[in-house]
Amino acid sequence: MITGFIALYIIMLAGFTGYEVIARVPAILHTPLMSGSNFVHGIVLVGSMVALGHAETKLGVLVGFVGVILGAGNAVGGYVVTERMLEMFKTSKKDA
Amino acid sequence: MESELGGIGGWLINLAYFVTAVLFILGLKGMSSPKTAAQGIKWAGSGMLVAVVVTLIHPQIMAHADTDRYLLMIGAIIIGGGIAWFGGKRVAMTDMPQMIALYNGMGGGAAGAIAAVAFLGDADIGRMALLLGVLGAIIGSVSFSGSLVAYAKLDGRLNRSFTRVQLAQMRKVNMIALGIALLIGLLTAIIGNTPPTIIVIAFFLLALTAGILVALPIGGADMPVIISLFNALTGLAVALEGFMLNNPAMIIAGTVVGAAGSLLTQLMARAMNRSLGNVLFSGLGVSDGDGDGSAETAIEGSMKSMEPNDAGVTLAYADKVIFVPGYGMAVAQAQHKIWELAKLLIDRGVKVRFAIHPVAGRMPGHMNVLLAEAGVPYDLIFDLDEINPEFSTADVALVIGANDVVNPVARTDRNSPIYGMPILAADQAKQVMVIKRGKGTGFSGVQNALFFLDNTRMVYGDAQSVVAKLIAGVKESS
Repeated sequence: MITGFIALYIIMLAGFTGYEVIARVPAILHTPLMSGSNFVHGIVLVGSMVALGHAETKLGVLVGFVGVILGAGNAVGGYVVTERMLEMFKTSKKDA
Repeated sequence: MESELGGIGGWLINLAYFVTAVLFILGLKGMSSPKTAAQGIKWAGSGMLVAVVVTLIHPQIMAHADTDRYLLMIGAIIIGGGIAWFGGKRVAMTDMPQMIALYNGMGGGAAGAIAAVAFLGDADIGRMALLLGVLGAIIGSVSFSGSLVAYAKLDGRLNRSFTRVQLAQMRKVNMIALGIALLIGLLTAIIGNTPPTIIVIAFFLLALTAGILVALPIGGADMPVIISLFNALTGLAVALEGFMLNNPAMIIAGTVVGAAGSLLTQLMARAMNRSLGNVLFSGLGVSDGDGDGSAETAIEGSMKSMEPNDAGVTLAYADKVIFVPGYGMAVAQAQHKIWELAKLLIDRGVKVRFAIHPVAGRMPGHMNVLLAEAGVPYDLIFDLDEINPEFSTADVALVIGANDVVNPVARTDRNSPIYGMPILAADQAKQVMVIKRGKGTGFSGVQNALFFLDNTRMVYGDAQSVVAKLIAGVKESS
């Protein structure tokens, strides 16, 4: 696994990235942004796919199956609602 | 579980995950400005697509899975994705907060499931990996059950309030459940063997119970903060499970969301002038039977009402009108009518502004989404800090279903539970009109001094029908 200082570096850099990306977001975008970051952690889907592919017992397969359903729900649902919200944001300057 | 990815397949997967991480970060960056936001989610979406497609040939899966397993996997993706797709397409913008809570809970549940599969079959992955997996499992499970409770509460399926004693008991049980779960997890990690199934089940039941008990006592007004917190927690859980699976895409995406979500949670708590601990443990917005707030200073004066038609005429002859929408607008689905009214006023040469409090609605920025849905351009919409100096130059502040966020008591009354919360200075406008269903109080249960001011007129009724009458009033004035 990715261990030791490499892991720490990854966490540190990714953590700062997340912080910086959000720090300058105007309040009007807070809801879509929460929804967008909610979509991004839908990447859990790939982990649950690996887990299901890997499961050895019947119970393991069942839990993995449910995991993939949940992960896919997170990814797809997060995407659909975020896109719907963001499509709506328009400026008045365009029509003028 | 193989921990290294070798061969051409492994190389391809690492490359794809790298591209995914870059696309996610670019996408989130894009989402930080209204101009590029719609593009941003598409970037992030293509990153996700790349990662999922490539994972189908992941060596960790190829080595174990037969055709049946693949069919099961693709079936699960179609079921979960399909349901979420239809749900997401059909949900009304007003109900967006609970939908996000639901999807977030699913992510937490998936993280928990990943850990469960590892514990059930193949715990021989090293103690460190197992330990991180255990932590991720607890956090993911708490986020899962907590988000479902948040969903049920926001969707109005669960309306219970608790007394102070009950809250204290829940907190105690919560701590015990979390403590035992953690203990079981740590022991598992230290022993490093596959634990008995019954232990795994007990572990998850305890963690799920803890999540329910975290979310149950939270009052309606605090829900946005909690959803955001669960969002950050799911990110963290995903990152931890990513370490267990040795999956860099999960580690990076999870950590980015964890950090971003924590910051967002902080921003929200600050906008309400409360600490996160206060939100989690104070139970504001919960009925507590012993008459809290009895020390509040009594408000003098009376509420004066106004006919919608007269209000419309007043608006028509104003120079500057500031709209202050709140959750009442969302409930009545009045955003379209409000924009119709605003357009009429703009055509008459009235300067129109929309003022949005950071925590108006059920989610920060919720009002912005609803106004955007109605077609209100975002350059007419202003934040608390931008708009507050402008209220003193406005002829009318039109408050539509907002309450606590315009309550001057927050500035003046030290005994009030909302004392210190930054508010929109609607009271400084020459005239204030408040569209409101009835005489009740807001979430916090605090009387609103704004309604009793000499320059305030109450326009009673459902926001949608009142605004329709205002529109008629404006039209008659031309």
